[in-house]
Amino acid sequence: MITLAKLMKIKEKTLNEVGDKFNKNIELNSLEIRDKLRNAGVINPLSIEEYIARDGYLGALKASQMKQTDIIQEMKKSGLRGRGGAGFPTGLKWQFAHDANADQKYIIMNADEGIPGDYMDRIIMESDPHSVIEGMLIAGMAIGATKGFIYLRIEYPKCKVVLEKAIKDAYELGILGSPLFNTDFKFDIELRIGAGAYICGEETALIESIEGMKGQPRNKPPFPVTEGLYGKPTVVNNVETLCIVPQIIQKGGHWYHKIGNPETPGTKIHTISGKVKRPGYYELPTGMPIKTILEQVAGGMANGSDFKAVLFSGPSGGFLKKDELFRRTGFDTLAKNGVQMGAGGLIVLDESNDIVSLCRSFMKFNMKESCGRCTPCREGTVRIYELLKKIESGMGTDKDLIQLEDLSYYMINSAFCGLGQSAPNPVLSGLDKFRNEFQNKLYNFGEGK
Amino acid sequence: MSDFVKMTINDIELKARKGQTVLEVAEENGIYIPRLCYLKGINNEGDCRVCVVDVDGQNGLKSSCKLEVYEGMKVNTGNEKVKSSVKNSLELLAANHSFECWACSREHNCEFLRLLRKNNVQNPLAEKQEHGRKERVIRDSSVSLVLDSGKCLLCGRCVSACHTYTGLDILSINKRGSDSIVESIDPISIDNSGCVYCGKCIQACPVGALTEKDGIMKVQEALNDPKKFVVIQPAPSVRVALAEEFGYPVGTNVEGKMYRAFDELGFDDIGDVNWSADLTIIEEGYEFIDRLQNGGVFPMFTSCSPGWIRYIEGYEAEYLPSLSSAKSPHMMQGAMTKQYYAPKMNIKPEDVFVVSVMPCIAKKFEIERPEMQSHGHRDVDAVITTRELARMIKYNEINFRDLEELKPKGQLSQFTGAANIFGATGGVMEAALRTVVEVLEGKSFDEVEYKMVRGTEEIKEATLNVHGIDVNVAVVHGVRAIKEFFEILKSGEKQYHFVEFMGCIGGCVNGGGQPITLPETYEKNDFIELRSKALYDEDKDMALRKSHKNRAVMVTYEEFLEKPNSHRAHEMLHTHYKNREYLKESK
Ligand SMILES: Cc1cc2nc3c(=O)[nH]c(=O)nc-3n(C[C@H](O)[C@H](O)[C@H](O)COP(=O)(O)O)c2cc1C
Ligand code: SF4
Repeated sequence: MITLAKLMKIKEKTLNEVGDKFNKNIELNSLEIRDKLRNAGVINPLSIEEYIARDGYLGALKASQMKQTDIIQEMKKSGLRGRGGAGFPTGLKWQFAHDANADQKYIIMNADEGIPGDYMDRIIMESDPHSVIEGMLIAGMAIGATKGFIYLRIEYPKCKVVLEKAIKDAYELGILGSPLFNTDFKFDIELRIGAGAYICGEETALIESIEGMKGQPRNKPPFPVTEGLYGKPTVVNNVETLCIVPQIIQKGGHWYHKIGNPETPGTKIHTISGKVKRPGYYELPTGMPIKTILEQVAGGMANGSDFKAVLFSGPSGGFLKKDELFRRTGFDTLAKNGVQMGAGGLIVLDESNDIVSLCRSFMKFNMKESCGRCTPCREGTVRIYELLKKIESGMGTDKDLIQLEDLSYYMINSAFCGLGQSAPNPVLSGLDKFRNEFQNKLYNFGEGK
Repeated sequence: MSDFVKMTINDIELKARKGQTVLEVAEENGIYIPRLCYLKGINNEGDCRVCVVDVDGQNGLKSSCKLEVYEGMKVNTGNEKVKSSVKNSLELLAANHSFECWACSREHNCEFLRLLRKNNVQNPLAEKQEHGRKERVIRDSSVSLVLDSGKCLLCGRCVSACHTYTGLDILSINKRGSDSIVESIDPISIDNSGCVYCGKCIQACPVGALTEKDGIMKVQEALNDPKKFVVIQPAPSVRVALAEEFGYPVGTNVEGKMYRAFDELGFDDIGDVNWSADLTIIEEGYEFIDRLQNGGVFPMFTSCSPGWIRYIEGYEAEYLPSLSSAKSPHMMQGAMTKQYYAPKMNIKPEDVFVVSVMPCIAKKFEIERPEMQSHGHRDVDAVITTRELARMIKYNEINFRDLEELKPKGQLSQFTGAANIFGATGGVMEAALRTVVEVLEGKSFDEVEYKMVRGTEEIKEATLNVHGIDVNVAVVHGVRAIKEFFEILKSGEKQYHFVEFMGCIGGCVNGGGQPITLPETYEKNDFIELRSKALYDEDKDMALRKSHKNRAVMVTYEEFLEKPNSHRAHEMLHTHYKNREYLKESK
């Protein structure tokens, strides 16, 4: 069994062993914050001792002495919103699952990160695996779940190794699988590897997949918090959501709530790719103007590149043009301007990027990843892709543009799940902000092309 | 708490029961919501998105077939948003559909075509068909069933029907996205997938993506061949279902018009499987009596439903010795037509072409079994379903409703009431009892109705004291019930003597080859009940109601077969079975 004394002993011993390794300065941009990534590059991810030496599992210890409702209250105070894309308040999600009556409940960590260009979850798992295990433990205590699953995408072999080791170590130390800190709470974690379908990141498809079915979304309601895995109340949380939970419990909800944009408190890890000087991942407080992110964090445009637009959350996202870069990050703040923050991936485009072609390739992604269950997405993605291809090849007509828009709105209204509902986002955003690029490609009778 | 909620649909204030869906409530209140993948009691997945409605305060449109009502809910079923979404869904489906309506078996009752017309769909996407079109795959290696992905709308109704009716889950939607395709367990061959050919998937299909393997062509060829003496023989249950194809109320018996239609279609002679149903009772009845008196294998199972035969061979082969060795009635009829009836008229067996009209697609498989022949001649040459018969009548522009009734005169078309009821669950058992009891007791009884084996309960049981012996009988119909019955049987709780099995719920009246009805008609009528009633009514009106009183059958024994279960009878009227449990393993 794990106890405070045991944790302290490990901490002391490890601190002696590592010397001043933990004090080494990691070069950061002055705007970056390291809360979620506080251990990244600092500790050896394969060492549970080093995690403990950095006060790891103290959040779980504190939670184990709290009432369930108090843990949830603390989460609500923090204002944490899920980082998987939808921004649902985490405390409220836990509350629902807590209130649901059942003999068995589950926690699932969604590590299926599948949006092209996004890799914040991978960084967290690779550099600090115990933070998410601890997050799951606390979630389990809060709702009364004794079993957790990590659903990891198959394309992350290194994460698999790191997580497997972390889970094994946690079992050996008695953090998993044994009564925790003199309570009778025991928690188990099982690692499941996804089969490579993007749709399995959608929480109900993910649940189907764990149950051994074909990964296809379920009808909602019922929501997973009342009827999830094997019909039991289930909390599905994203990696980035769970990794900060231990610190919220340790430092209190108020600490977290003070960071960043009050409607989306805390930090967001952004992965920035495309035509900037310093692409990479950055943990930043929310509420930062996008201009600041691009210029001061990512170092501005790469040499010889002229800024055209920035695209949030890839194949389901939207464009922001130069005159919109004063906008600040945050789920609601961006949504008000027609852009989904999603999981926080940014792709920076320059004048050499063609919007129609980009929309086409994103639609191809959605088409390939559609599970095929509902008509709008199964058939709609194909037709929109064909229309974009036609326009790109110079054979499009005005009627095609109208149809493109019509089909896009139709999918948003009528597709079954988030994939189909957001698949037309880039197209609609492109039509809204770069309509001329579409129009210029239409078949021009006058020129006799 | 109240069990009701107040809500509005299209601004009309309504009271609805908690737990109801919007679709149900709308329907109860006479508000029509179009739908495609929804099939009451079978499929309720909300995938096709044709039944979408707009709900106040909710993002996006919702499938009304899945959507539960709640207090204060405000629903709109026909605003612009909804209408354009429905139209878009249908356009998209249409753009991927192989329209071959003139050659399609569902030309007259295609749900999709009706939806397209009703919603004024223009198919503007058709011009782009060459690109976004999915590959068309036609699986027609089976002798009973054809799957055509070109017409499939991926509604999933067949998959659910297979699951609901059989629990065998032979069909599923495989692959993903626009590659999605309905396939059987062995994608290449349904025959090897453990399918029992109940045909419920065909009847669940809104279009012609799932059909029986065509038999019309072969029949038409034979009719066109002057050398062939083409004989047609309908199964008992055909006459009480055929009418539906011509707009009659469910449960109308059109026996006389059906015979006339055969004549108009140009068949050279008309037999009736009802005749051989009586013959079957004699053969099976005496087999039962023989087992009873000489210590044979019990329980004895009936063998007339080929779907059931597929099941026992594929899943419970250890019980094969229990099966009666009697061929199914139409196979007997075919054998007797060629070996006995035709020679009597100086026609050579090889010149005879026997066509069975069956309520069943498993019969198409049955006639291909190698052992179904006598003296080197196939017992039956072609099987068409009730649906195919209707199609032939329509193709030939015969005005069915105006036909005058006909009563055929041939020996092999005469029957008793016992044969009529073969088409309903419990009918074979009742017919057998009418004969077996009299033979064992050695006297004639006035009371012939064994009501305890009638009705739609899935497993019916009765005990009769026959000549001092308590005989336990049971009647089982539908694959799910058959599965359940084998569990009872294996538990050894009770010893059975005689069990009637039918692959389809309700028996042949509800067979997989029977007419397909649009869902709204189907929901409003109890098809099994109405069609069965028509059979029992005909039985009631018959002067003769016991198989052993059928003179036309008894003469056959005198002239040809000698006696029940004679050597010759065994040669022509009995068969053997094969362990096909590899079907089970392939699952
Ligand atoms: C098509 C699709 C893919 C998704 N993929 C992921 C994913 O890879 N990781 C993730 O955390 N959430 C993903 N989500 C969101 C999840 O459904 C769910 O909202 C999330 O896991 C909840 O966690 P959170 O509350 O911590 O954000 C996806 C949603 C959709 C519609
Ligand atoms: S929207 Fe796409 S991914 Fe979602 S259920 Fe429909 S077909 Fe599947």
